[in-house]
Amino acid sequence: MAASQFHRLAERDRPVVRFVVDGRPCEALAGDTVLTALLTNGRRVRSAEFGDGQRAGFCLMGACQDCWVTLADGERLRACTSFVAEGMRIVTRDGNGR
Amino acid sequence: MSERLTADVAIIGGGIAGCSTALHLRWRGASVVLLERGVCGGQASGVNYGGVRQQGRALAELPLARRSREMWARLAAIVGTDCEFMATGHIKLARSDADMAELEAYREAVRPYGLALELLGRNAIRARYDWLGEAAIGGSLCAEDGAANPRLVAPAFARAARAAGADIREHAPVVEMASDGTQFRLRTADGLEVCAANLVNVAGAWGHEVAVRFGESVPEAVIAPNMCVSEPLPYFMVPNFGVCGGGVYVRQIPRGNVIFGGGRGIADRERLRAYPVADASLDAMRQTIALVPRLRHAQLIRSWTGIEGVMPDDIPVIGPSRTTSGLFHAFGFSGHGFQLGPVMGAVLSELVLDGTTPTPIAAFDIARFLPLPTGEGRGEG
Amino acid sequence: MADRPPVIVGAGPAGIRAAATLVAAGLTPIVLDEAPRGGGQIYRRPPAGFTRPYQALYGFEAAKARRLHDELDGLAGRIDYRPDALVWDMRRGALQCLSGGRNATIAYRDLILATGARDRIIPFPGWTLPGIYTLGGAQIALKYQGCAIGREIVFLGTGPLLYLVAYQYAKAGATVRAVLDTAPFAAKRRALPALLAGGATFAKGLWYVAALRARGVPLAAGIRPIAAAGDTAVTALRYRAANGAERRIACDALAFGFGLSSETQLADLAKIPFRYDTLQQQFLPSRESSGRTPVAGLYLAGDGGGIAGADAAELSGERAALALLEDRGHAADKLRLAALERGLQRIAGFRAALETAFPFPADLAAAMADDTILCRCEGVTAGEFRRAAGALDAAEVNRAKAFSRCGMGRCQGRVCGPAAAIVLAAALQLPPESIGRLRGQAPVKPIPLAVTA
Repeated sequence: MAASQFHRLAERDRPVVRFVVDGRPCEALAGDTVLTALLTNGRRVRSAEFGDGQRAGFCLMGACQDCWVTLADGERLRACTSFVAEGMRIVTRDGNGR
Repeated sequence: MSERLTADVAIIGGGIAGCSTALHLRWRGASVVLLERGVCGGQASGVNYGGVRQQGRALAELPLARRSREMWARLAAIVGTDCEFMATGHIKLARSDADMAELEAYREAVRPYGLALELLGRNAIRARYDWLGEAAIGGSLCAEDGAANPRLVAPAFARAARAAGADIREHAPVVEMASDGTQFRLRTADGLEVCAANLVNVAGAWGHEVAVRFGESVPEAVIAPNMCVSEPLPYFMVPNFGVCGGGVYVRQIPRGNVIFGGGRGIADRERLRAYPVADASLDAMRQTIALVPRLRHAQLIRSWTGIEGVMPDDIPVIGPSRTTSGLFHAFGFSGHGFQLGPVMGAVLSELVLDGTTPTPIAAFDIARFLPLPTGEGRGEG
Repeated sequence: MADRPPVIVGAGPAGIRAAATLVAAGLTPIVLDEAPRGGGQIYRRPPAGFTRPYQALYGFEAAKARRLHDELDGLAGRIDYRPDALVWDMRRGALQCLSGGRNATIAYRDLILATGARDRIIPFPGWTLPGIYTLGGAQIALKYQGCAIGREIVFLGTGPLLYLVAYQYAKAGATVRAVLDTAPFAAKRRALPALLAGGATFAKGLWYVAALRARGVPLAAGIRPIAAAGDTAVTALRYRAANGAERRIACDALAFGFGLSSETQLADLAKIPFRYDTLQQQFLPSRESSGRTPVAGLYLAGDGGGIAGADAAELSGERAALALLEDRGHAADKLRLAALERGLQRIAGFRAALETAFPFPADLAAAMADDTILCRCEGVTAGEFRRAAGALDAAEVNRAKAFSRCGMGRCQGRVCGPAAAIVLAAALQLPPESIGRLRGQAPVKPIPLAVTA
């Protein structure tokens, strides 16, 4: 299984953005949404609250609301309509590691 | 040929009070027809905050509330589901010293009614509930109080009443009603005719419309309590809370959504529609964050409201008609009828079948709004 | 009140054309758009700093995209343009708009809703797995972010978007493992005469199919999805071929969709009456061909009032703006009005043909297995939905929502709504138009509790 869900086909020549996911340093490119940043570094965005496993976004257009993530300071972002920023600290698992 | 029904008791209104009355009457063997203009629980019973609360009530309501609380504990036995009732405890928060004094006075006042309240000061309340913000300087906890899912309760009572043999008709607005001295005759918009020896008026915000047909005109107004709900969040808030002055009330369900209310939406009683108002939602959001700072990042996902009947003295009309034998009223619950819904069925069935109820209801007499009969004094009050 | 500028909600093709039309008549509309850059979905502009040319991004539609983007850019200074702005509530005369964490109440006298559309889906087992996206979502990943949604991708569903996105992926160098259409060949044959009237649009569709074939992409018609396999992410799709055989394709990404649904929540809050549209199989806000609605001062343009595509959105945006101007007392160019309405009628005929060629497979929803997740926000299965609705005798969709929680999640029924309505209607053995419709409620999308005024 590949380490990332999304696969870059174009637009690779952009400045690197460094950010952190669950304490792990990651890299994305300027202009990536948080969703793209997460899914070029992994295959999930969050755990579904009601027991049915992992989620990795769905509609990418801010309609389905399935990609809300939390930052380390508690702020909530909809990943597909927010841009990744240098130093962003994203938390995708709760205190129990789910 | 239109349908004609005959029953011992006709009930107008399919909220919790009406459906509970239908169930209780069936337990006692009376035949029942219930007429609901929409669907059971479609109005105030189904869209309210869901607080199952004794604390904070006018003293006159406490005997009813105490008796109802005992029924909430047995809801699964009564209607086959607990409707997600949880005795999480309810805190009334003080945001000032004057509030705290009010809470202390209330605790003393309710002791004779058997309601035990625990007062918590500034340090104690934050030690126990670390999610409370600086705005809360203390509170009064009623450990027995809690909340349930309002959408489920009236439909559950309706189902149980039907299973017990009540004839419940939805989409049946009553357009004509009259008494000929021995029988009540009702007719719905579709031509259904109902004859009954007794009539129970539990028509909620429209209770005054029924009462006025029998010569009892009372000043029932409407309010639309503005409600909001957040996305699901990790569960941390077990007791639900309100504040002195009533500006905001907040609870979290185990699934994680935080439900909060405060301020007023718009109620259109004639068109049976109600609309939340953005300013009320925004204000409730501000107050909620001030009291629970960690909610500042949460997302609001929906708002709604409903139509609730209110009386000028903020307590309902309950009791026999003062003009018409066999007619009984219970309406105008002024935004706090949810917890009382189940017991209204017991009380109304007792009034209909026994002519009396063991639970004190004199304070709710419709006569308090009616003009004095000529030539008679009514004494004090 | 007479001085209030008109408001346009949405800066896709309909909103842009409406704005340009109003500006040409001397007005300065307020244009509110959720996105950071205009263009809507089909003409979505990548973020600044992306370098692919229009040809690579939009293919056959490059010239249209360029024209619309230039038009919006050209309106700078002549419109009150507010991107990154979410209209989350409306009532007569005022709307609530959240931007940068701050809320503003904007009073309006006349307003054009151009809120567009979203993908229409039907759940199937495994559809919530990581790696599974809507067709629109897959298109946005490529167009807006230069990414494929995976390395071995299956495209599933029906409608012109299925072939367009699959083709765009193949052309961009992604590995397209299959394009699986639920519409049978017979449906397309039946629709052929009417489809031919679609002219260039139809020709493009054929071209995409031919191009996919030329690249050796397996195409299948008349299929039915069975399930997506995988534990923490999708690994394969099982489906039933038209001849009944069960097939399995390994993949690490899947894009699916069965047409589009109109975004109608604001129209509902504005109290525009709705009626059931049998072609789109959705309750839609009532609008005339002029874009006028039964509510004075409110107009609908583009896919938000009924799916008709980007070309129709441009025409209806201009048409609604002209109606607004006429209602403000401006003289009407009757020839232009007639030309616009003729264009809209022609496209409407083509859209009807598309529905015949690519029918919405409602049977998939009616037959949804009990253990399939129906509401992905709340984790409610089709069986739980049917049971909760039945246990308390729900005969209407809002009641079923109240009893089951289906539709109560963050998306407020956008994703599950169309399928849930069919599941309920089938369970009650009633036509879908007689079980009610999910009502729009404020906020139409989530807003933070910490919004400042």
